[in-house]
Amino acid sequence: MAHITLTVNGQPRSVDVDPQTPLLWVLRDTLNLTGTKYGCGIAQCGACTVHIDGEATRSCATSVEDVNGRRITTIEGLSADRTHAAQLAWIAEQVPQCGYCQSGMLMTTAELLKQRSKPTDADIDAALAGHICRCGTYPRIRKAIHRAADATSKPATGGVK
Amino acid sequence: MSAPKGRARRDFLKVSATGATALVVGFQWSTDAFAQEAQERKPKNPFSAWVRIEADGRVRLILGKSEMGQGVTTSLPMILAEELVIDWKQVSVEQAPTDPSLYDHGTGGSGSVRTSWLPLRQAGAAAREMLVQAAANQWAVNPNTCRAEHGEVVHGPRTKRLPYGLLVAAAAKLPVPDLAKVKLLNSNEFRILGTDVPRADIPKKVDGSGVFGIDVRVPGMLYAVVARCPVFGGKPKSFDATKAKAMSGVRHVVEIPAVPAAHSAGGVAVVADTTWAAMRGRDALTIEWDEGPHAQESSATLRAQFVDLLSRPGEVVRNDGDAVAALAKAGTRIEATYELPFQNHSPMEPMNATVHIRADGAEAWLPSQGPQWGQDVISKIAGLPAEKVVVHTTLMGGGFGRRYHADFVAEAAQISKATGAPVQVLFTREDDTQHGFYRPASLHTFTGTVDAQGQPSAWHHRMTSVSIDGYWTPRDKAKPASSEVGGAANLGYAIPNLRMEYAEAKSGVPVMWWRSVEHSVNGFVTECFLDELAAAGKQDPLQLRLRLLAEPRKVRVPPDNESTLDTSRLKAVLELAAAKAGWGKPLPKGRGRGLACHFSFDTYVAEVAEVTVSKEGVKVDRVVAAVDCGRVINPGGARAQIESGIAYGLTAALKSAITIDKGRVQQSNFGDYEMLRIDEAPVIEVHFVPSDAAPTGLGEPGLPPCAPAVMNAVFAATGRRIRRLPIRAGDLA
Repeated sequence: MAHITLTVNGQPRSVDVDPQTPLLWVLRDTLNLTGTKYGCGIAQCGACTVHIDGEATRSCATSVEDVNGRRITTIEGLSADRTHAAQLAWIAEQVPQCGYCQSGMLMTTAELLKQRSKPTDADIDAALAGHICRCGTYPRIRKAIHRAADATSKPATGGVK
Repeated sequence: MSAPKGRARRDFLKVSATGATALVVGFQWSTDAFAQEAQERKPKNPFSAWVRIEADGRVRLILGKSEMGQGVTTSLPMILAEELVIDWKQVSVEQAPTDPSLYDHGTGGSGSVRTSWLPLRQAGAAAREMLVQAAANQWAVNPNTCRAEHGEVVHGPRTKRLPYGLLVAAAAKLPVPDLAKVKLLNSNEFRILGTDVPRADIPKKVDGSGVFGIDVRVPGMLYAVVARCPVFGGKPKSFDATKAKAMSGVRHVVEIPAVPAAHSAGGVAVVADTTWAAMRGRDALTIEWDEGPHAQESSATLRAQFVDLLSRPGEVVRNDGDAVAALAKAGTRIEATYELPFQNHSPMEPMNATVHIRADGAEAWLPSQGPQWGQDVISKIAGLPAEKVVVHTTLMGGGFGRRYHADFVAEAAQISKATGAPVQVLFTREDDTQHGFYRPASLHTFTGTVDAQGQPSAWHHRMTSVSIDGYWTPRDKAKPASSEVGGAANLGYAIPNLRMEYAEAKSGVPVMWWRSVEHSVNGFVTECFLDELAAAGKQDPLQLRLRLLAEPRKVRVPPDNESTLDTSRLKAVLELAAAKAGWGKPLPKGRGRGLACHFSFDTYVAEVAEVTVSKEGVKVDRVVAAVDCGRVINPGGARAQIESGIAYGLTAALKSAITIDKGRVQQSNFGDYEMLRIDEAPVIEVHFVPSDAAPTGLGEPGLPPCAPAVMNAVFAATGRRIRRLPIRAGDLA
């Protein structure tokens, strides 16, 4: 067992766990943050994606000792009130079906939108090819990301008429 | 004789579930008992079953089916809200408690809207009539002078009005009207149905707050994984848990026997404080397995059995004209062999269940398409009456047929009973891949002829597969062809000499409904072979199909004759898909366009696929679908279901296969059982045929035409026929 301290969604947290435990299971079973999903355990599907110091990372393949002292953002912390541009676009385009993979899709999308304000379809495919959606929401994900990019690139207030 | 459809398949669900019970307790129900039970069921008070109205006018509508992404949380309450004449913004939706006396919970067979359409309209209309009657009583006026408007009852020229919230207490006590006689709205009065209503389950799926089965957290709960024999039908001979028990976080190691009625494998469960500790504990077990009778089975031995079975006549399931004589005559003769593998459902959320059995009752949280079966299984394992087993249906991270089963429920119940704690059993992805209930593997031979005019004159289809009905139904009652030949035995094309035969193969691999079931197989083989006949007769694939469907006919589906294929509706979706896709427009070299159509779950779908074939393989660029599913309830959600069926079908066409060696599944996770990804996803367009007919299935019918449309497009691009799925790298070399 090891004592690990993390900042999760802005809150300091400390846990006493087997240091090799993947971050995924510490989030889900120890901290009860169940929005981050288990899909494969081998970084093949992206359902477990969180941000570690702002970088989209597979939490199923990241041991908790390797993120000691780091800043973690999960889907629960992406926005306080479901208002991240990607979340709004996901709702507007009615993206999720079963919804299980979408936490990971959204976390990777949030990182993509930070890096590219106007991602192309090719950018989107490259960023999200590490994710699997068994319901096949891919075409709607592409549309939603374009919508989110359009929304964030517009001035927030006092837009030009 | 043919695929169980409509009521037949639903009855099968009930019989299977009860058959399960029978084996657990040695107590046999009959199908007659169910019929009797249904007849004795009293008319439900809609205010008990379906509608809760608060004094302030807020309305909670009850969802009696399970949400797995298909949108029933919205589409079904829309039907109720329409007949209740309330505004959608007044509505919230609540999952029903598991109570088979009130609800037909089973969610499958593309049947939720199809089978709920009339009952929910009747329930909503009955509630409306009761509210109107309550207002009329209060005002001492004739109810015929009152009407429902936006959640209120209004009298005559609007001099009197009362909101539902003030009427519901009195209304709920009134006698329930005869449901067969309640006055349903005319379709021109619909304000909700047919409009794009945002899905009620989506907001909680973008912020992590939606609770799937795996997300259930109960005070004091433990987490478990089960070591199951890698060979189907095997069990532990002996095991050593010393190391596992010594590991940090591991609380118990429990052997659980197979529960044949729940089709669970049994094995050795490791129960721990966290999922990770349970997984680590399982890794530390030493188990010697009794591999049982199927340890020598492989995909090669099964294929050899298939080839042998197809070398002689099988059970005749369709016989028009005299195909054997016609094939012996002159004409261009075509022969082809088609082959499809086992497929696993692989929903993104692996199987899991959380169950707490106490002395005086039990509680369970199930991501289940059949929570009533889960309740039944828990009740028998716990030794408690079903009414003492409270089952909460959670969100499901996909179902696709797999979550009808109760194997994972039985395991959680056994472990909870053994440990006394609330227990969540989780299948790892490897467990989910290797301990599934698979889409049957099959092999098909076709022989056909086309005459001098290019018209197909004979069609002889011989099929063999592992049979779902053969697996699930006791041998003396099994009709192995019945679950396998649908969509092929009822081929709609006017071919004068048409024969189909079926033979059941034996296998230890568990099989079950996989999205679109036998249609996923038969849509592919029949629509590709028809394309072969078109090419042999030098006919345009669209024009040939339209000619073969030109004479309006109704093709009944034996043996229940409940489902009827109307050739004119199939022709109409072909025409619509072809027009929207630009059928016949030239494409650059290396690209091809193919089409296919199929009737399943009472819905007609045609799809046109455009592909690019290069050294890298096949890229599907675009799929255009035309759908006749009767009236469309929620168009955005309906489109999503067709898009989803196409994506699911593309994975099976392009990516994945389950193969068997030494009695076990060779694949384990997404590295070797690959799924379609975003960079492989085509542009998809979905068009609906406007219709006032009763709504039909949508969850599955988008899938069957997808693979044949794609492979017919590959032929158009390359001249090569792909007769075995999934397509492999060498197939185009």
